[in-house]
Amino acid sequence: MSIDEKLFTVKSVPDKVSHLKPEAGLCCICDSKACTYVCPANVYEWDKENEKLIVNYENCLECGACRIACERQSLGWEYPKGTKGVKFKLG
Amino acid sequence: MRTENRTEVIVVGGGPAGIACAVTIARAGREVILIERGSFSGSKNVFGGAIYAKPTREIFPDFEKTAPLERKNVIHKYALLGDEDATEISYRNNEDDNDAVSYSVFRSKFDRWMADEAEKEGVILITETVVEDLILDDGRVVGVKTELEEYYANIVVLADGVNSLLAKKVGLRNNISPYDVAISVKEVIKLDKDKINDRFHLRDDEGCVYQLFGGSMLGMLGLGFIYTNKDSVSIGLGVTLNELVENKIKPYELLDKLKQHPSIAPLIKDGELLEYSAHLIPEGGYKCMPDLFADGVMIAGDAAMMVNNMHWEGTNLAMMSGKFAGETALHALLEKDYTAETLSHYQERLEQSFVLKDLKTYKDLMDVMHSRSASFLGYFPQKINEFFKMFTTVDSIPKKEKYRGFIKSIFNDRNPLELFKDGGNLFKLLWGILK
Ligand SMILES: Cc1cc2nc3c(=O)[nH]c(=O)nc-3n(C[C@H](O)[C@H](O)[C@H](O)COP(=O)(O)OP(=O)(O)OC[C@H]3O[C@@H](n4cnc5c(N)ncnc54)[C@H](O)[C@@H]3O)c2cc1C
Ligand code: SF4
Ligand code: SF4
Repeated sequence: MSIDEKLFTVKSVPDKVSHLKPEAGLCCICDSKACTYVCPANVYEWDKENEKLIVNYENCLECGACRIACERQSLGWEYPKGTKGVKFKLG
Repeated sequence: MRTENRTEVIVVGGGPAGIACAVTIARAGREVILIERGSFSGSKNVFGGAIYAKPTREIFPDFEKTAPLERKNVIHKYALLGDEDATEISYRNNEDDNDAVSYSVFRSKFDRWMADEAEKEGVILITETVVEDLILDDGRVVGVKTELEEYYANIVVLADGVNSLLAKKVGLRNNISPYDVAISVKEVIKLDKDKINDRFHLRDDEGCVYQLFGGSMLGMLGLGFIYTNKDSVSIGLGVTLNELVENKIKPYELLDKLKQHPSIAPLIKDGELLEYSAHLIPEGGYKCMPDLFADGVMIAGDAAMMVNNMHWEGTNLAMMSGKFAGETALHALLEKDYTAETLSHYQERLEQSFVLKDLKTYKDLMDVMHSRSASFLGYFPQKINEFFKMFTTVDSIPKKEKYRGFIKSIFNDRNPLELFKDGGNLFKLLWGILK
């Protein structure tokens, strides 16, 4: 089962704006791209061609792993607004 | 002094720590507001997991009568998974020992139930509200700022979980390192009750807690788990963040591989995924704890890194620390003194209880495991499986030769210095625990 199929089982109300704000300049010189490995929801993809981090914030499970793992300690990270984000049925 | 939006105590975070704290305060007839960012308590929370009867009864004495519990755990299993093989140990508690019991639960149901109970006892619960910042006056915490409003109180208790952005904001805690937290991914898989009972050797509502070492995580600092629920099983793993970055692997890939292990796959065969989830586990332990109090503020539960990862305990430490914070707040309200000096009683209570005693006992665990994960969670589990393979293979080779060969192989594949370091670290760990 792919991660996208897994994420289909998660109930979530995405906001219109992202609560995850990477620092584009620092992402370019970041060696590890740590966020792309630690994220349990595959939110981050490194777009090689455009040298840019793609952020599928709608899939975020709000765990905080990317914030802590960020190589450059530069990831702007907040909780989504109270009415938004994941709503686990089981947890 | 402000009178609007003012209360005696504000608790941030409606998880086990926050609820235990708030209900302790409300029961004494004091005013307390509990602020939770989810649309209900539990809607953002994930764990393995099991709650422990005895500590939970200290907060909700009759919880077993009405709380949404899944199964009562009687079997505790441990598996050392090799690439393909496995060595297992199983302990079954057949006594009707009420204190030893734990229950599997779902957090979005159980936390919600606890919060409902707390409301019945007078806690004012505000949901769907993120506390964004703390309000300081002359260095003292005097309130909180939410998306829409400001609330003021004599004391603020931070029970906002592992990420505790707030503790960081007031300088009570430093940045957390990727070595000190594990990311956990989990799947709840629907299965018939009968199938669960057959596959895990259970009767009726009995449950099994299964801890998995090695497997897809061989050599990494990570652990897998399976818990049985009424009509589903929860399977997942937790692995420290640095391992994922160093091994360039994603947590759900590790879980997929774990699920395919020949010893695990039959347990979840033909199951249907009900929900995927993820959460951080604070693993750094005692050495990573923040300052637990300052003028006008205390920190409880995961926000204070209070998890005993050796025993998969977290909710109990959260509840007890929340309760102690609540009792300390009551004392401070009586004294009308909210300074760090009065709130330092909180730390004393924790020191006297199992909470800080246990965290101290295991204070070296993470250092040892980080430095020796390749051997303790890689080499030795594999070697133990190799031993049993040798022991159970009937092949007309004289036994003495086989034993000697096995012992020799340890010295062949590990240089003596590494073996010496393994021994030294094991000793350090045991000494730390027993001294
Ligand atoms: C995979 C996994 C397995 C585990 N297994 C077990 C187990 O089997 N048994 C066990 O006892 N423990 C287990 N634990 C540990 C246990 O879940 C935690 O220790 C426990 O939940 C901590 O409780 P808490 O109240 O401190 O924090 P949490 O349960 O995280 O609660 C914090 C609450 O604060 C809210 N919040 C956060 N920030 C804000 C904000 N700014 N404003 C408003 N609200 C906010 C959150 O939404 C949340 O409801 C496990 C943990 C994980 C991740
Ligand atoms: S780890 Fe941090 S700096 Fe590196 S790509 Fe990710 S967000 Fe950017
Ligand atoms: S908070 Fe967790 S789920 Fe969300 S983007 Fe970061 S790592 Fe991924």
